[in-house]
Amino acid sequence: MTIDCLVLGAGQEVGKSCVVVTINGKRIMFDCGMHMGYLDHRRYPDFSRISASRDYNTVLSCVIITHFHLDHIGALPYFTEVCGYNGPIYMTFPTMALAPLMLEDYRKVMVDRRGEAEQFSNDHIMECMKKVIPVDLKQTIQVDEDLQIRAYYAGHVLGAAMFYAKVGDAAMVYTGDYNMTPDRHLGAAQIDRMQLDLLITESTYATTIRDSKYGREREFLKAVHNCVASGGKVLIPTFALGRAQELCILLDDYWERMNLKIPIYFSAGLTVQANMYYKMLISWTSQKVKETYTTRNAFDFKNVQKFDRSMIDAPGPCVLFATPGMISGGFSLEVFKRWAPSKLNLITLPGYCVAGTIGHKLMSGKPTKIDLDKDTQIDVQCQIHQLAFSPHTDSKGIMDLVKFLSPKHVILVHGEKPKMVTLKERIHSELGIPCHDPANNETVSISSTLSIKAESSSTFIQSCSTPNFKFLKRNLNDKINSKELSSKEGGTSSMFTRRRSNPHVKHLNRNLDEKFDSSLSCGPELEVSDDRVNEGILVMEKGKKTKVVHQDELLLLLGEQEHEVRFANCSPIYFGSLDDTHVMDCISRKSLWLSQLSSKLSSELSDRNVQNFGEYLQVESFTLSICSKESCPYRTTNRIENESAAAFYCCSWLVTDEVLAWQIISILEKHDLSST
Amino acid sequence: MEFTCLSRGGFFYFPPCHMLEVCGFRIQFDCPMDFSALPIFSPVPLDFDVISDEELSTHPGNGSFNLENVSEEKIEKPLDVGSLIKAEPWYKIIKNLRLWNLSFTDIVLISSPMGMLGLPFLTRQKGFSAKIYATEATARLGKMMMDDLVAMHMEFKQFYGSEDDATPQWMRQEELELLHHALKEVAFGQDEADLGGWMPMYSAADVKDCMKKVETVRYGEEACYNGALVIKALSCGLEIGACNWTINGPKRDIAYISSSIFSSSNAMNFDYLALQGETIIYSDFSSVESMNDILNDTSGSLTENLMALSRNEETLANLLSDPAESVGESEKLSFICSCAIQSVESGGSVLIPINRLGVTLQLLEQISASLDCSNLKVPIYLISSVAEELLALANVIPEWLCKQRQEKLFSGEPMFAFVDLLKEKKLHAFPAVHSPKLLINWQEPCVVFCPHWSLRLGPVVHLLRRWCGDPSSLLVLEKGLDAELALLPFRPMSMKVLQCAFLSGIKLDKVRPLLKVLQPKVVMLPENLSRLINTNTESCTVFSYSEGETLRVPNLKDSLELEIAPDLAMSFCWRKLQQGNIDIARLKGELSLNCGKFKLFPENAHVATDQRPLIHWGQPDLKKLLNVLSKMGIEGSLQQSDAESSNVGVIRIHDPTEAVIEIQDSRTIISVADKTLCARIFDAVDSILNGV
Ligand SMILES: [Zn+2]
Ligand SMILES: [Zn+2]
Repeated sequence: MTIDCLVLGAGQEVGKSCVVVTINGKRIMFDCGMHMGYLDHRRYPDFSRISASRDYNTVLSCVIITHFHLDHIGALPYFTEVCGYNGPIYMTFPTMALAPLMLEDYRKVMVDRRGEAEQFSNDHIMECMKKVIPVDLKQTIQVDEDLQIRAYYAGHVLGAAMFYAKVGDAAMVYTGDYNMTPDRHLGAAQIDRMQLDLLITESTYATTIRDSKYGREREFLKAVHNCVASGGKVLIPTFALGRAQELCILLDDYWERMNLKIPIYFSAGLTVQANMYYKMLISWTSQKVKETYTTRNAFDFKNVQKFDRSMIDAPGPCVLFATPGMISGGFSLEVFKRWAPSKLNLITLPGYCVAGTIGHKLMSGKPTKIDLDKDTQIDVQCQIHQLAFSPHTDSKGIMDLVKFLSPKHVILVHGEKPKMVTLKERIHSELGIPCHDPANNETVSISSTLSIKAESSSTFIQSCSTPNFKFLKRNLNDKINSKELSSKEGGTSSMFTRRRSNPHVKHLNRNLDEKFDSSLSCGPELEVSDDRVNEGILVMEKGKKTKVVHQDELLLLLGEQEHEVRFANCSPIYFGSLDDTHVMDCISRKSLWLSQLSSKLSSELSDRNVQNFGEYLQVESFTLSICSKESCPYRTTNRIENESAAAFYCCSWLVTDEVLAWQIISILEKHDLSST
Repeated sequence: MEFTCLSRGGFFYFPPCHMLEVCGFRIQFDCPMDFSALPIFSPVPLDFDVISDEELSTHPGNGSFNLENVSEEKIEKPLDVGSLIKAEPWYKIIKNLRLWNLSFTDIVLISSPMGMLGLPFLTRQKGFSAKIYATEATARLGKMMMDDLVAMHMEFKQFYGSEDDATPQWMRQEELELLHHALKEVAFGQDEADLGGWMPMYSAADVKDCMKKVETVRYGEEACYNGALVIKALSCGLEIGACNWTINGPKRDIAYISSSIFSSSNAMNFDYLALQGETIIYSDFSSVESMNDILNDTSGSLTENLMALSRNEETLANLLSDPAESVGESEKLSFICSCAIQSVESGGSVLIPINRLGVTLQLLEQISASLDCSNLKVPIYLISSVAEELLALANVIPEWLCKQRQEKLFSGEPMFAFVDLLKEKKLHAFPAVHSPKLLINWQEPCVVFCPHWSLRLGPVVHLLRRWCGDPSSLLVLEKGLDAELALLPFRPMSMKVLQCAFLSGIKLDKVRPLLKVLQPKVVMLPENLSRLINTNTESCTVFSYSEGETLRVPNLKDSLELEIAPDLAMSFCWRKLQQGNIDIARLKGELSLNCGKFKLFPENAHVATDQRPLIHWGQPDLKKLLNVLSKMGIEGSLQQSDAESSNVGVIRIHDPTEAVIEIQDSRTIISVADKTLCARIFDAVDSILNGV
């Protein structure tokens, strides 16, 4: 079985995240984003690669959207309303509530900017959202009979989730964007440890390691405060949701503490609705915000006012949040054109700006002039502050997550190629996990696990799960009445007493359990064997379910009679002169010899338990007795060198103890008590 | 598996309580508080309104029991307010729970906020160590209800002064004997006075402690207990956060159905399709409870209708989601609204002591809409120590609400009308009747929502005293409450009383269609219910249970699912059996139980094991064996056996060395002095037998 990963976007770049994964025949699209840096066909993923006939409904099992950022959801209305995808779309409650705001905000910017033919309309957005199924965190959702998905908290923005998907035995996680450290209003990403074949993770900050957030936040506040204190205007270009609320909580709180009266504005359409959503979705925010919502909802901003277009050129300091972020057009660009030429003013930029945006141009070097188009040039004199805190995890966070989940394969997306290569090599060398960083429109195939499903008998499970300890002591003879035993199993048949093999003999030094205390008091000579694991048999019959049974149940299942295969051997052995013992009767002589052999074997086989049952000795399945028959059928040698000192011993064993048996026989061959 | 119904409960505020033993674990379902005996206590006399104090003092027997009256006379005086116990009340927990050693309980599953109210009694006991599961919403609502109970009870404590731990005066045998027989029956049933199940109220600290032991889950979240059981909460529609449970273990899949509502106007709907499992514990007693009221009215025709039910899934599903139910409910609410408007128009106030969040929220919306329609400027008050908290919570839990409410979130509107009502100052939330803000704001006539439905605790007591004599005021009560006894302290009542039953579970006519859709193999039904519905035609086995009896349900699975890790499966040494279609292999690995599934992994210390078969069966063919041996270069001959032991065949090997193979009916013995030859002969014997 393989998992195929077709990267339609965010392959070795940031923008238009879209990965189509095929697991055991189920095809899932993770994210359906757009690229902010392009205006032509490159802005959307090349959906035709999923299905040449563009019949997306039959080839896709579902679409999963991780969060409301445009690089993750921007192409969704286009995909559903223009390309005709009709199947299920999953996203979290907050994403579903906030996505239409983001999409509409962006759509307006696009239409305003160049009056270009719209890619999708407001109706498209609304129609598209009707197809969405909201999910809660940790909820296991059965998309169809075979496909299961589950969302985990990802931090990053309100409602951002990592998604787990499982088909049969193959399982994977797609992270979307995530943050491993909590911020002003969101918690850190959280996920369970699971068996994964594949982890697809973002890698925006593949090589960056960030220190404390508080220092960076202070820098930001100081920059803003300095600017307004000297009468300047602060422009904070953001998208309607996410960063805007985080910075606003930060500023509102700071204004409160410093008792500042300078106005903070939100550009039109940004605040009211968005903040109301944030208030209702409070359970998706950080622990601290959640705990205090009854007394004071953190999204009730006290110092924030609405901004009017006419105020752009009004005198005096202020702070303005304006959409869209990265100054890719719209109102933030309009304000930027007016404020950029003044040295007093400040523009804050996020840690990452997509190539092709003004934000990106401002970040690369310190340009004093920016060409908007061939007719317009903007004079840039203002200060630029780049936010050093980001809602994305840093490289340590990525490594921690990969290490925690320990998947069989890792695929990196949503990052910059050179940095991704570095991270890829780190994951490979430090964690020993194969890692890939496919470019757009490349497919990575990895093999997935396939385990065997079987029906198991309760007896087998019990034999496995209940510890089957056997407590064996060195000298059992005083406890077991040998006469009783021999009277029950008379004659040679006692030689063939079957015992289960127990290859797992462990010496336990620690106390096992209170229940076992009494037996442990017998001292360190005690041996504990635990034969839990070796008695299962897998039975596969054509057209029937595979079964696992206990060894003892097999013959019943097959309706067969056991046929035991044993080994037997009758060999001479030399004891001391028979003269010393011939006065004794036959039985006491035998028992004397047996106990001599018993102590001999005990000392030679220190890790085995040699038991003397009076009539015979036993080590595992190996039994030995003194053979007084005239002609034993198992006697292969009749030659005896020293008739007077010799007797015969008859032994028998099962194939499991083959090695042991030959070891004992060779010990006995060398044995000559007459020489001692 | 063993199932014991500890209590069938009664109506909405008193859900059933059960004990289940499955896969070696003991699970308790719900831990409600039994308020049925609370009305034997007198409500707190308070100086909030002067009238009530005067009224109280005019009653004879106030203060303590009137001993003269009881003397030797057989005729008891009629039940009146003086008969009520004037002391700090105690509360009842499930009586049968005392028969169980609580330290052996592994899991407690809480299905609704009401099912949680008795929990602090349990968790404050020594030795209690069970894991408690509840949905996040239930836990939060339940905590608020418990906090509110503690706060309301505090009034008693303040009035009577805190007693020491000793048994209170009223619990003494001689005092109990003086108790009016009607009260005795309410308190103890037919039994002798048995006070074992009575407890003093828990404290706020007990509630806090209890909450620490609760593990919260979301709908559909899989909680794995001890690796063995996967426990999942699924919406049941009864109340916000209320749930049914599925428990999947290696040996059994169980679905527990508590009182459920197919289409709710607040809570997320009854997610019944997720309950398809082999064993169903049906614990919705609501239809039995309401049957007792309706008596034999329509059950005959009902059964006939059901007989005609087609097996068509679609029709079944339609029947289950039949909107008639919710239409009926909204008609009920409209009726209450119209009664409320009438009262208000005639200058009276409306008092609604209903502690169901769902009903409260809906009535709030409808009454305010009706007031608007009639152009009435009448304030609505929500009075409870947790009123503000409750409203704040309701507005931030969209994940727990029905589709219609969620739609509002997605279209950017507030999910509940109260958000705007609060802003427009049409609705006011206050912590208590004596809070200063309330006194400033107070206006009559008004509409008040407040606890407690028993009419013994909380703001309702004071407001009832105030309005009970006003014929234009209205009291809305819920069915299931003994109104006669509940209203005793407020007599004479001139106030209008409207008592109505809200939908509290699955209706009788939907039980069978539901079971048809779920297709379980085993169903456990309350005895009374299984008598009411004809279960003979079901394809499943039906067990009926009744209170206090333990039901044993035999295991269905004789085998268990086992998953074998791929790397382990690779190491198998398969052997084809002679009878053809069967392949077998010896299995060796470490067994793990995770999330209710058994999985076999390769052992860590992989011992290089001899793959020689350890067990054999079949009959060896001597000729074949000789053949095989000679192909291996081992020459021997069949030794003619003695006449007496004809079923023993002996092969004597003479090349390369001497050896003997003795073949009996069920045993073969190989006797060779040479180690290598011995092994080769074994292989030869093995090849003509079946083995593994
Ligand atoms: Zn993002
Ligand atoms: Zn992104």
